[in-house]
Amino acid sequence: MKADIAPRLQLRGITKRFPGVLANDDVSFAVRPGEIHALLGENGAGKSTLVKMIYGIMQPDAGEISWNGHPVTIPNPKAARKLGIGMVFQHFSLFEAMSVLENIALGMDERLGPRELSRRIAEVMETYGLKLDPQRIVSTLSVGERQRIEIVRALLLEPQLLIMDEPTSVLTPQEVEGLFATLRQLAKRGCSILYISHKLHEIKALCDTATILRGGRLVDTCDPKAETSRSMAEKMIGGSLKDIRKGEGRSFGAPRFVLRDLSTRSEDEFGVAIDRASLTVRAGEIFGIAGVAGNGQNALLDALSGEVLGERADAITLDGTAIGRLSPSERRRKGLCAVPEERNGHAAVGDFTLADNAVLTARDRLGMVGAGLVDRRKARSYTDKVIGAFSVKALGAHSLAGSLSGGNLQKFIMGREILQRPSVLVVSQPTWGVDAGAAAAIHQAIVDLAAEGSAVVVISQDLDELLSLCDTLAVINEGRLSSPLKVGEASIEEIGLLMGGVHGTEAEVHINPGGGVAVEA
Amino acid sequence: MTTEMLIAIIITVIGASTPILIAALGELVVEKSGVLNLGVEGMMLIGAVTGFAVTFTTGNPWLGIACAAFAGMASSMIFAFLTLSLSANQVATGLALTIFGTGYSSLFGQAFTGRPITPFRSIFPPELATDPVLRLIFGHSPLVYFSLIMVVAVWWFLTRSRAGLILRAVGENDLSAHSIGYSVIGVRYAAVAFGGAMAGIAGSCFPLLLTPQWAERMTAGRGWIALALVVFAAWRPFRLLAGAYLFGLVMTLELYAKASGGAFSFLPAELWASLPYLATILVLVLISLRRAGHSNAPACLGKPFMPAS
Amino acid sequence: MQWKLEKRPEPSRTMVYAAPVLAVLLTAIVGAAIFTAIGYNGVGAVREIFVTPILNPLKWQDLGIKAAPLVLIAVGLAIGYRANVWNIGAEGQYILGGLAATAVALSTRDLAGPWILPLMAIAGVAGGMAWAVVPAALKTRLKVSEILTSLMLTYVAIQLLNYLVLGPWRDPMGFGFPQTPLFTADQVLPIVVPRTIVHLGVPIALVVALIAWFVMARSLFGFQIRVVGAAPQAARYGGFSANKTIWLALMVSGGLAGLAGMLEVAGTFQRMVPGFPTNYGFTAIIVAFLGRLNPLGIIFAGFAMSVAVVGGEVAQTTIGLPNAAVGIFQSMMLFFLLASDVLVRYRFRRVGAQPAGSAA
Repeated sequence: MKADIAPRLQLRGITKRFPGVLANDDVSFAVRPGEIHALLGENGAGKSTLVKMIYGIMQPDAGEISWNGHPVTIPNPKAARKLGIGMVFQHFSLFEAMSVLENIALGMDERLGPRELSRRIAEVMETYGLKLDPQRIVSTLSVGERQRIEIVRALLLEPQLLIMDEPTSVLTPQEVEGLFATLRQLAKRGCSILYISHKLHEIKALCDTATILRGGRLVDTCDPKAETSRSMAEKMIGGSLKDIRKGEGRSFGAPRFVLRDLSTRSEDEFGVAIDRASLTVRAGEIFGIAGVAGNGQNALLDALSGEVLGERADAITLDGTAIGRLSPSERRRKGLCAVPEERNGHAAVGDFTLADNAVLTARDRLGMVGAGLVDRRKARSYTDKVIGAFSVKALGAHSLAGSLSGGNLQKFIMGREILQRPSVLVVSQPTWGVDAGAAAAIHQAIVDLAAEGSAVVVISQDLDELLSLCDTLAVINEGRLSSPLKVGEASIEEIGLLMGGVHGTEAEVHINPGGGVAVEA
Repeated sequence: MTTEMLIAIIITVIGASTPILIAALGELVVEKSGVLNLGVEGMMLIGAVTGFAVTFTTGNPWLGIACAAFAGMASSMIFAFLTLSLSANQVATGLALTIFGTGYSSLFGQAFTGRPITPFRSIFPPELATDPVLRLIFGHSPLVYFSLIMVVAVWWFLTRSRAGLILRAVGENDLSAHSIGYSVIGVRYAAVAFGGAMAGIAGSCFPLLLTPQWAERMTAGRGWIALALVVFAAWRPFRLLAGAYLFGLVMTLELYAKASGGAFSFLPAELWASLPYLATILVLVLISLRRAGHSNAPACLGKPFMPAS
Repeated sequence: MQWKLEKRPEPSRTMVYAAPVLAVLLTAIVGAAIFTAIGYNGVGAVREIFVTPILNPLKWQDLGIKAAPLVLIAVGLAIGYRANVWNIGAEGQYILGGLAATAVALSTRDLAGPWILPLMAIAGVAGGMAWAVVPAALKTRLKVSEILTSLMLTYVAIQLLNYLVLGPWRDPMGFGFPQTPLFTADQVLPIVVPRTIVHLGVPIALVVALIAWFVMARSLFGFQIRVVGAAPQAARYGGFSANKTIWLALMVSGGLAGLAGMLEVAGTFQRMVPGFPTNYGFTAIIVAFLGRLNPLGIIFAGFAMSVAVVGGEVAQTTIGLPNAAVGIFQSMMLFFLLASDVLVRYRFRRVGAQPAGSAA
């Protein structure tokens, strides 16, 4: 790259303030033509806010954006697309009930007839080796295929800069390889790529430059290939990494939590059902469930917590007692506590105080209800105990759950369940959207609970998390569980193939020469 | 029964269906954009009194319809401002609009009670309507032709036009539509305005098409039936047409029961008068029995739009 | 310079209480302006509607007996609305409560004893509940919107009332008037304040509202209602059944509306007449919101709304304001309340008008 060419994108002193938070503070960096540039940072570091300003969804409070050497203002996404900026969103901007073609048409500012649009889509798919059926309804597609719609939609604009927000969190390792091939091909043609991630090994494998944000401020711009994962992580976190302390020579007790051919029906037309899931978790064991998003993780959690009931009582047993037909409250009384993935509105009520949120799940095990009345003193004192033990940053038991940051709320929720001393704890995405400090604390609490003899099930899309936390691992794919693998004996490739649904399905899998893994039913 | 009578009945049925059809078409578009406006009944009453007053004063029913459309639209903007700009609860605001429309129409209608107006004359030469069969084609009020044109127009708009695609996208996933760069609030304002205008016109059907005088609360819950009809039709314009005519038939039965007595006296008149409301409940039950899981309802229906910033 | 709405970190407690007051004030000001503009004595109308009933002691008894059914019905509705159960057919449940109580009264005409009134009350509650069974069953089993079913049943209830008073229940000695015979002494609510028309219904409404407040604030039932309304998924996770909550909410609101119907027919009308439906069921919806869906607030809101209802009657005779004007004032109050509600969660902040990005 020649240094005298004007950068494709240059940010100078970008600042954005939200009520109570400085989301971006004087951020400056540049992206060269054809460069794959990583934007690295923890959740809440300000990456998403920054790219939303580049794509025109938000406006900076101060600072300047230059495009190919000229200062510009980008009032809305349409203006961004006109400049040649494309974006692939982390939580896709797709419309479930519409066809692929309609979804793509919605992202185009040019007015094309359906025939012309189909032709152009076919062209782009040909060039980049992406496979999609334009007539399919989005709700019938896998998460990987949905991402492909977003990519095709962005590529149709022939962008000079493509922004990708956490693109691999929904992909199997094989699909990630395919995506990287597409991105490298794009960069070779001169398109710049701004790649947002917190996965360090991916950034080392793909990117030319990395800009690291922490707490809204730019910490460093570096060459990821010259850094180690650890050194980048420490810049990202602003401290040294803590390792999980697992006890030496752990041994497991008797089976405490057993699933035998557990099946549930899907709740809605777009949902996934659990199909004959079996597993055994022993006392002291941490059992991980890996899988690509949208393969039935939520359905599994609902089935285990009792929110959705299966047909047979003996499909789930806890210390030998059949609990498959019990309600969530009854299961909690028997000793099973659960934490769903979505914090706001599922695991906690944002409009309620923390004390009321304690009543939500801890009322029976801790005797917070007598004669039909809520014992508010007991609820408050338990809440204070959780806040203290898990160092939750909150003003007190009367704080609204919705006023806490994601990490603090998650610590509160985990604390609320763990301090009930459950015999079985089931958690989904325990550290999703949580900063590294809180994540480490949560991981340690899970390990400590297991050390006391509880059986723990951790459902997560973050394979790294599962590999460092769990003793045993199974993979969920389209509602089916694989047979368990011992962590340490399983290879990433094997797990990746399971995540892609290779075992036991009738689907035919092949790897495109230039693209990702395509699964055809 | 003679052909003459049969045709007279069919024309009555079509007339009785028309206000429900027009109001329901408007509400269908509103709901497709993700907004639930329960104020249809109120906007219809506002349209009815405006249509009547303007026609009575000027003698021009066309001007009456135009002003009814405008009044309906203006009242829908109260709803739009509260629910879209201030994120107020849509159910409560819609109810408030209905209470408002009821009070407004009673207040302004008072002066007109008991005074007749001349409704529309046929837009076709009268010779065309002499033959009974031709009357079936040419013998309707212009409002009937308007409603039929609007069925096709709404269908075309929603399924074939780009603006309709955007409107559906906003109702399907408002956050996605916002992040691609569409103005969710803008689209919804436009949809609510259209729904208001249609409800206003639907209201004007009561004095201009059905009974050429003003009566308090003359819409008699038809706005609510229109709301139910949208659910029944699974948000599809042509099924709305079928549903509206079905209801027209039920309501015509009620009229005949009241008028002719004898043949219908095996059941009390009050039961006949309850039929449209009972039929509405029945229809809602049937439709939810038939559709297992798939409702075709816009995913964002009734939810306030809350972007991150 | 422009103003921008900005989300408050926590909802403002002050605005929760200030919003209804603000709504009433705005209604008075804007109402006066509008009615002046269309040729009425606007200031006079506002004075007669909002002030006269409070200043005139002769009107106080009216305020009490008009507020009672409003408070009773609104308390029930508010419990439902808290749980996201939108019963808007309270008018129908009120009518059915009145009809059921009348049925008991008509069949006990030849009997005497203090047990008749309680029996009528039980029948009233049961009647209101029965009318709410249909929306509850259809909502929980078939997911049919309770908004539409409860409202449709109101129209059916009116027809049922007409059928009964015109037909089987018509007083044979009533000179052909469509009404039932007068209730006997044991079928009429006792007067609690001597030399007034204030009957037992007024203290009953107060007590019910206080009990409802305690239950909503302190009991697990109240907690269940609140959590189902605020976050249905969290409620399920917490072990509360949505269907049970819908049933409970509709039975409570239907039952209370039915009780209000019984009190009204046994206290105010003392016979069943075609004019029995007086829109209490719809006005109570506004009362519920104006009272912030909180039973204590509803006591005040019910009183304020009955001021407007009584004042409307006053204005009708003194300055010839049409009765329909009250409906306009009531809906304006709700509009302004919903609008000022935005200030509970948001605040206005001044922002500079300079275009973003131009500041170096």
